Amino acid sequence: MGYVAIKGGAEAIENALQMLRYERMKGGSKLLEAGQIRDQLYLLVDRVMGEGSLYAPNLAALAIMQSAGDPLEAAFMLRAFRATKTRIASSIPQSTSEMRIVRRISAAFKDIPGGQILGPSSDYSLRLIDFELLDNQSEEKERIIKTLFEGVSNVDVLPASFPKVVERLRAEGLVEESQRENSASDEMFDITRQSMTFPAQRSAALQSMARGETGGLLLLAYSNMRGYGDIHPTLGELRVGFIPVKISHPHTGQPYVIGEIKVTEAEVISKSITRDGSPKFTLGYGLCFGQNETKAISMAVLDRAMRSEEPASASEDQEFVLSHVDGIESMGFCNHWKLPHYVTFQSDLDRLRQVKKNHEKGTSHAAE
Amino acid sequence: MRLSEWIDANDGEAAATKRNGYNFAFIDEGTKRELRRKILKAVAIPGYQVPFASREMPIARGWGTGGLQLTLSIIGPNDTLKVIDQGCDGSVNAVNMKKFIGKVTGVRITTDTTEATLIQTRHRIPEEKMTENQVLILQVPIPESLRTVEASERETRRMHAEGDYSRMWLYLYEDIVNSGEISIGARYPVSVNGRYIMDPSPIPRWDVPKLHMAETLYLFGAGREKRIYAVPPHTRVEPLEYEDAAFRVEDFNGRTCRRCGSTASYLDEIMDDVSGNRLYFCSDSGFCDKNLEQRGAQDGLRYTQSNT
Repeated sequence: MGYVAIKGGAEAIENALQMLRYERMKGGSKLLEAGQIRDQLYLLVDRVMGEGSLYAPNLAALAIMQSAGDPLEAAFMLRAFRATKTRIASSIPQSTSEMRIVRRISAAFKDIPGGQILGPSSDYSLRLIDFELLDNQSEEKERIIKTLFEGVSNVDVLPASFPKVVERLRAEGLVEESQRENSASDEMFDITRQSMTFPAQRSAALQSMARGETGGLLLLAYSNMRGYGDIHPTLGELRVGFIPVKISHPHTGQPYVIGEIKVTEAEVISKSITRDGSPKFTLGYGLCFGQNETKAISMAVLDRAMRSEEPASASEDQEFVLSHVDGIESMGFCNHWKLPHYVTFQSDLDRLRQVKKNHEKGTSHAAE
Repeated sequence: MRLSEWIDANDGEAAATKRNGYNFAFIDEGTKRELRRKILKAVAIPGYQVPFASREMPIARGWGTGGLQLTLSIIGPNDTLKVIDQGCDGSVNAVNMKKFIGKVTGVRITTDTTEATLIQTRHRIPEEKMTENQVLILQVPIPESLRTVEASERETRRMHAEGDYSRMWLYLYEDIVNSGEISIGARYPVSVNGRYIMDPSPIPRWDVPKLHMAETLYLFGAGREKRIYAVPPHTRVEPLEYEDAAFRVEDFNGRTCRRCGSTASYLDEIMDDVSGNRLYFCSDSGFCDKNLEQRGAQDGLRYTQSNT
């Protein structure tokens, strides 16, 4: 049957959705619960919350379940949900020095005030598949909990706040302070309410990257580190932890804590020559929801790269970076090629056949 | 429609009613207001791309979210909606759009171009002439016609502002030198009101003349690229062409629709996998249905599988 059915689209869609639902459940294994995803696939949840730009672990877990683990789809669902919500307040700017630290390292200094805290990290794990995970995990869980604090005496309580590593350099006058853009107004650009134009404010750039797709940010940042760019970053500090979210109390106007969110923050230091010819350190900043260190570091590298005076590579070109890092947009457009393009293709066919005819006639000009 | 009528129709209780737990027409009223303001600006500056803060829709970016947001921002409970994709009412994407818009508005849905007050479309302008009481909303993937010659948005905005279109003209000239004539298929660049070069969305060249001095308001929405633009009624829309290298619409060599016999519609070329022949059918399914009906179903050259 050559003719594309012009009726029956609705039924086909319905059936496709039915099959999709069945596909996830057909395996015969025990069905997942959203809580399991939230607790046990927490890094995926973090990533989806970041790219979906909505801090909602339960919803993210549900979206991951519904999308059968496709992070792009899950982030997309979260983003679409977010778009339907009314904005009730804006949070008060929050310094990350008040972060409740889970993990904190510096590659720039051996010893940092407050100390290096490795925290839960896979950095030094051997990437060997652990076949013991196939055995009874509840016994394993009990054993781990039992032995976790065994032999640990006099546990030091972590201080409530840690000094920022880069503050040390700042105090020495070694860091070039970025000029405050839009100093006339402290209004922050809001990429969800305004359409970005270029050159974009730094606040717009950081927002775009904070909800950028991890892989996309990594690719661009890697291209820069590898040589298509001039940033030689040193990781000044990387933090993972919880920061309070504060709003102004609607009645008293006083700061009021409404909860806390887990974030990863990266500050990279890069040497550069300032306008007056003296070498200084410049900073690149990255911050994203949850624990996603690859993303935060990539973001920081790109933040620094995009402030190059004369962009010489893709990763230094602000418009290039910010126009392409959004996962929801790029995957949507990539997949739209699956939609029918019969009409445009027909139009192209017409042109190509005509051009071929012109060439066969040997005419260089087809005007009558 | 008079403004007072419109307000009566749209500002009543019906419009405020929640549909399936969502606001009428899904997007919140504040966002609708923003979109309407941007539409007014677009109408006031024909062919100019107005930036807007595109919201995430529950369908994917690049799948018509710009057109969808326009539709949802201007639709009222008394509207009659038609949605087409590739000219076809039954195409999966059109069906999906209709399902969603129907769910959040409850408006009447039609396949008849003349009955609709709002038509949302991808890649086609209906064959039947539209009137001043109708609005056509086109989904736009790439709103910038200069993208072909310049990748940077910052630069294309400058080119538009200064009316600096020399590179576009040069591109067309080089195309003529290489191909014998302009080889652009769909998405043919047009000049609007003698000022802005505009991307008419990927409609075939066949549909471009329909934009010129029309009675209907044409709205263009690009959700992913966050741009709205418009061609108001009675506006000059001229395809870019040279005096000695004229713009031409697709040539179907006098072929007719296999189904309704029309000689005056844009055709889809179909490969018949039984005979290997090329067959042609109207791309505009609503037009084809109507044509077939008027000719009488028994006379219709209905295509069947065995037809060779």
